Amino acid sequence: MSTETAFLQAGLESAPLPSTLFRFATAGSVDDGKSTLVGRLLHDSKAILADTLDAVARTSADRGFGGDKGGIDLALLTDGLRAEREQGITIDVAYRYFATDRRSFILADCPGHVQYTKNTVTGASTADAVVVLIDARKGVLEQTRRHLSVLQLLRVAHVIVAVNKIDLVGFSEQVFRDIETDVQKVARELGLGSDGVADLLVVPVSALDGDNVVDRSERTPWYTGPALLEVLETLPAADELEAELESFRFPVQLVIRPQGALAPDAVAAGLDVEAYRDYRAYAGQITEGSVKLGDEVTVLSPGHEPRITRITGIDFAGTELQEAAAPQSVAVRLADEIDIARGDTIAAAGTVRESTADLYASLCWLSPKPLREGQKVLVKHGTRTVQALVRNVTGKLDLATFNVEPASSLELNDIGHAQLRLAAPLPLENYLHHRRTGAFLVIDPIDGNTLAAGLVKDHPGDHEDERYVI
Amino acid sequence: MSTYTTEESTVEVAAAVDAPSAQRLSSLDTLESEAIHIIREVVAEFEKPALLFSGGKDSVVMLHLATKAFWPGKVPFPVLHVDTGHNFPEVLEFRDRTVERLGLKLVVGSVQEFIDRGELAERADGTRNPLQTVPLLDAIQRNKFDAVFGGGRRDEDKARAKERILSLRDEFGQWDPRNQRPELWNLYNGRHTVGQHVRAFPISNWTELDIWRYIERENIELPGLYYAHEREVFARDGMWRAVGEVSQPLPHEDVITKTVRYRTVGDMSCTGAVESDAYTVADVVVEVAASTLTERGATRADDRISEAAMEDRKKDGYF
Ligand SMILES: Nc1nc2c(ncn2[C@@H]2O[C@H](COP(=O)(O)OP(=O)(O)OP(=O)(O)O)[C@@H](O)[C@H]2O)c(=O)[nH]1
Ligand SMILES: [Mg+2]
Repeated sequence: MSTETAFLQAGLESAPLPSTLFRFATAGSVDDGKSTLVGRLLHDSKAILADTLDAVARTSADRGFGGDKGGIDLALLTDGLRAEREQGITIDVAYRYFATDRRSFILADCPGHVQYTKNTVTGASTADAVVVLIDARKGVLEQTRRHLSVLQLLRVAHVIVAVNKIDLVGFSEQVFRDIETDVQKVARELGLGSDGVADLLVVPVSALDGDNVVDRSERTPWYTGPALLEVLETLPAADELEAELESFRFPVQLVIRPQGALAPDAVAAGLDVEAYRDYRAYAGQITEGSVKLGDEVTVLSPGHEPRITRITGIDFAGTELQEAAAPQSVAVRLADEIDIARGDTIAAAGTVRESTADLYASLCWLSPKPLREGQKVLVKHGTRTVQALVRNVTGKLDLATFNVEPASSLELNDIGHAQLRLAAPLPLENYLHHRRTGAFLVIDPIDGNTLAAGLVKDHPGDHEDERYVI
Repeated sequence: MSTYTTEESTVEVAAAVDAPSAQRLSSLDTLESEAIHIIREVVAEFEKPALLFSGGKDSVVMLHLATKAFWPGKVPFPVLHVDTGHNFPEVLEFRDRTVERLGLKLVVGSVQEFIDRGELAERADGTRNPLQTVPLLDAIQRNKFDAVFGGGRRDEDKARAKERILSLRDEFGQWDPRNQRPELWNLYNGRHTVGQHVRAFPISNWTELDIWRYIERENIELPGLYYAHEREVFARDGMWRAVGEVSQPLPHEDVITKTVRYRTVGDMSCTGAVESDAYTVADVVVEVAASTLTERGATRADDRISEAAMEDRKKDGYF
């Protein structure tokens, strides 16, 4: 082993904590520099290997990037499809990975073009944080407002705004402050920011040159906040927050019941065949909260009264755990022999409401086929899919005013409200407090395509939602 | 939660990061949990899934995750190997031993049989990786598989970086990168019509280093050629090629003995070895962490054919 790798290994061994995962996505209008920013982050954090950089440099030169000055088109690090390279735009989300000493990052570079909003929603739906870019020369555009509305709708935990191409406005503080003021106004109108009150962090950057991306820049002396990467390294991840919630939730994915068909490798390793003959456990991923042996839980199954029982085992591939928390995938055993199947939910006792067939929701409509009243759709919630009837469309968001206006249909990229009647009751919960059990898909029963991202709202009369526009 | 003002140079954030709670999962545990969730979703929602198993490290990790997902039960689906006929003998032996150990059914799609029947033509460059698509689709149709698990990772290639975790394929197995379904939260929509099928990539978000750290942590057995060993090789296209039945040096290519290992395992005639003294899994973790080349850049001649080689193959139905 060379001294260099030995040194590296010493570094690995002395790492104090295992790194944790953090997911972030980009958003913003076309050509604001999202892909360039992601490329810059990857490049400056040394996450690009030599052969990838060579390939990108060759393509940049072939395409005459940077004119006489030359240079590398960092956007090519994520714009990997042929069509994207030809048109110089992003069409679909690219996922890239890099790690610092503190955490491992999953980066989702999303498109800005309005036609590809569904892909941006895809990238943002799993993100712990989203960086919204704004071109310093253009300020807040309609597409910026659309993306910010989507992020508000999805309740993305952290939204950061990067005022990009600050090099093209002579590093002007005035330009930056004006945009910052506009952004804070939009954020207040939408109720964006942590718990809807704090200001957003707005950072002046040049994705092309690297100012305030990984390191703070001397060319913006008037900006005294952190560089982007510093922020991303320190924000808490969403599942970190979810694991701390009181309310254990566990949608059952499937029942593990080998009935004698035990895994031969487990048997060879000494598994007691007799002891496992009647083994029965419920497999799933904890969506929020945590659970310990002995905890009282409620089982919600369609067509049954809620049933109370106790947790007698938490299994993970042969290891018996004392406790587990979101987002762990485990299998739980229960004290009572009750009939449980995929689609049922196990929850901390006394923390769930009864299932309901009346669904009040916010929708982000992602299909060119519009939503109409009276239409039949499928709703996929947790581990269940049920038929649903669209009773009313109750309004849609006007991007210019952020008012919800009356509407009777939703078109591509609209954000609106609707009321649906489900063919069977579901354990619906308000998305505001339950990101996983408050989310659902609207699916086209004819071709199976996903039509919308759905977020459960409270029933009218429960006033939880009222301080929010959407 | 955090509050920022741009006038202050100190960043205030939630204390959670500096003092992580004992429960906070490591990135590897989070990835493992995500993969198991996806594997279980696919098994619950599809009639007849299968797992692509080549004996390569990613598919070995996939199979390991599947055993964990259904423990103490058996892995509830067969494995499918698309055999190029250009195999490393030790990998085939490993494949058969693994299938036996886990009591699985093995389905083999053979490139050689298609060539023998005249339904596929050998390429001028002799590489058979791109020829796998036809036997793959044939095996999927013949066995009526409606979901196929792959060990593809988004960090492998710029086209893979764009693919969904559940990727819909049409009657011809084609991927349409310009028209993918939205994939929201972790609600996977696997609906498909007759003739269509779905490719599922549970380890999409793993990097090569994650794979190796996981192999180390879980003590997973791999074919020996992933570790440093002596082998007769010759240089071609800037890579070390093993001397074997289907991989013969040309007269001007000198054969020498070197200490090498493989970073990927594919068609023997186009997969290169790297010089390495990583004899153990711990050595490999260190080597991969310090590597300056991507695994495909270092070892795959077929990906060097054109700028969009992988995208083109995937559009045609490749893995
Ligand atoms: N001068 C300057 N140019 C920039 C900067 N950031 C990006 N650009 C240029 O702006 C153009 C668009 O950049 P992209 O990164 O492709 O923009 P995008 O936001 O990813 O575009 P879409 O994904 O298609 O919405 C390219 O020509 C970039 O080189 C910057 O900070 N300064
Ligand atoms: Mg882009």
